[in-house]
Amino acid sequence: MIPRPLVIAGAEFSSRLFVGTGKFSSGEIMRRSLEASGTQLVTVALSRVRTGGEPDDILGHLDTGRYRLLPNTSGTRNAREAVLAAELAREALGTNWLKLEIHPDPKYLMPDPVETLLATELLVKRGFIVLPYVHADPVLCKRLEEAGAAAVMPLGSPIGSNLGLESRAFLEIIIAQSRVPVIVDAGLGAPSHAAAALEMGADAVLVNTAIASAADPIAMAEAFRLGVEAGRLAREAGLARAEAGDGAPRASATSPLTAFLGEAAP
Amino acid sequence: MNFIDLWRRHEFGAVAKTIASKRPADVRRALGRARGSVDLEDFAALLSPAASPFLEDMAQASQRQTVERFGRTMRLFAPLYLSNACANVCTYCGFSAHNRIRRKVLSDPEILAEAGALRSRGFDSVLLVTGETGRVGRDYLSNALRLLRPHFSGLWIEVQPLPEDDYAALAGDGLSAVLVYQETYDERAYLRHHLSGPKADIAWRLGTPDRLGRAGIKRIGLGALFGLSDWRADAWFTGLHLRHVETVHWRTRTSVSFPRLRPHEGGEVPVTPFGERDLVQAACAFRLLSPEAELSLSTRESEAFRNRAFRLGFTSMSAGSRTNPGGYASAPDSLEQFEVDDGRSPQEVAAFLRSQGYEPVWKDWDSTYDGFAGPRRARSPGNAPEALVS
Repeated sequence: MIPRPLVIAGAEFSSRLFVGTGKFSSGEIMRRSLEASGTQLVTVALSRVRTGGEPDDILGHLDTGRYRLLPNTSGTRNAREAVLAAELAREALGTNWLKLEIHPDPKYLMPDPVETLLATELLVKRGFIVLPYVHADPVLCKRLEEAGAAAVMPLGSPIGSNLGLESRAFLEIIIAQSRVPVIVDAGLGAPSHAAAALEMGADAVLVNTAIASAADPIAMAEAFRLGVEAGRLAREAGLARAEAGDGAPRASATSPLTAFLGEAAP
Repeated sequence: MNFIDLWRRHEFGAVAKTIASKRPADVRRALGRARGSVDLEDFAALLSPAASPFLEDMAQASQRQTVERFGRTMRLFAPLYLSNACANVCTYCGFSAHNRIRRKVLSDPEILAEAGALRSRGFDSVLLVTGETGRVGRDYLSNALRLLRPHFSGLWIEVQPLPEDDYAALAGDGLSAVLVYQETYDERAYLRHHLSGPKADIAWRLGTPDRLGRAGIKRIGLGALFGLSDWRADAWFTGLHLRHVETVHWRTRTSVSFPRLRPHEGGEVPVTPFGERDLVQAACAFRLLSPEAELSLSTRESEAFRNRAFRLGFTSMSAGSRTNPGGYASAPDSLEQFEVDDGRSPQEVAAFLRSQGYEPVWKDWDSTYDGFAGPRRARSPGNAPEALVS
């Protein structure tokens, strides 16, 4: 069984693991980690790349024929700054794909929902493929979808926290009602978290810290690849539920509700 | 995406076959899902013949989930037929244009007389019903809504499919909700039963809920007229339509009704069997598919059936219905659309519900939500439904 590819804005991805390029100890470790992860899409912080054409620590180690670049606007604090950063990224990196990331607060790096929605509306009009990073807020995700976002990227838990799917109950709602791909971003600390997200029905996950900060980032990248593949395969195979669900047959009630109907006609 | 594109991806006969192929294991899996996570494959299993032995389990789950979401309540409403004039020729309907009956379109005084009669019976939300003809188009409905707005909290319509801007305009006149039943999602059966008139255009009808959603209508009611084709497949397509509305027009509330073919003026129609047991199975399957949709139990059903089935997942009932224009006050003997099978008064239905530990709900909406914050008609204590029981 080959899991179905993920399609975002017409582009196909057989890998459902997206990887961030920050925090690696060297360009070479990053290169080998990305390779081990099997990823086809990597995020690049605009703030980290040299946009003047000189040799760059990150871009110099990225095979852009192999990876689609997803520049992010990390560091911007409002919609106006994000639009400026997006235009710069489009020019410098030659792609109209954008991970929209606006966090005015430098401590927890919490995304600003109001500015993110506003920026999405503006950037879609300017021809960007916008993937906004947001809280796991189901209504916000529907609003972003209507604004033309190509996917939504709700967080699993605070960025860099490695806590996993703390927002599970809200992610489930987002996944149930979304018409665009849902990519769980931020807070995934272990391959089991990634597997759980895919089992839940997330279309992909984005991981950075847990790979880049591992003692052996290359091995951890492979572990995440396997976790994501297992989660997706399990999702498509039709997961059995461990516990009885709400509608599961229970001990028969004292007064059956349907006795008045008689038996089914043969 | 528009629903019609989604509909075209699923061939009716193939869906019927898929449903027929479901096994007990599929039904068990569907029953094992957590609340709200039943998907359309599970739904097919719940509608299948394989689910028949699980009907009690489905009913228990449906009742439990309904009580969790709605409490032990039942919204009561009444249809108000404004007209039986119709340009359509449909095989199953008493208003069909070929039937030689006296056509009636209620005048302003007649509409107000009906409103007074319904209010005195305790109703606070009404469903305005018409046939399909230009005489009862946007202008007529707009006038009726403005006449009735001061008298009711909720104004629903079940009328001919209209263009999006008509719906938007009617919303401005106080429209709260629109019901539009597809009758059948089986194209061949649809064409067989809708012989001429605007209703023969299946695409226009299929696209109506999308137009409603885009016009910002706050509640959309779906349904199939069970009996026109394979009921299991028709129910499944209604579920597909419901899911579509829930995800695309996500601000909109939804309701599902379960009309069955009834005897009517104009002759016999061959119908596919859809018995009471099937109706219960369909309703329970819908509840498990959608914990939040309103499920409506019609006065087409018998008193004996309604008295037992109401607790299996339904959240609204019509009561004391007249299906002829003027039937409550101004023209009690005009031709009805179909026969009702529960002849109790609304107060008798309400009293029965109370005896079963359920609260009859007369008001669950406010005209404020429809943008009407002005002074309302003062209500004397005598208007309170409780005072009418004796």
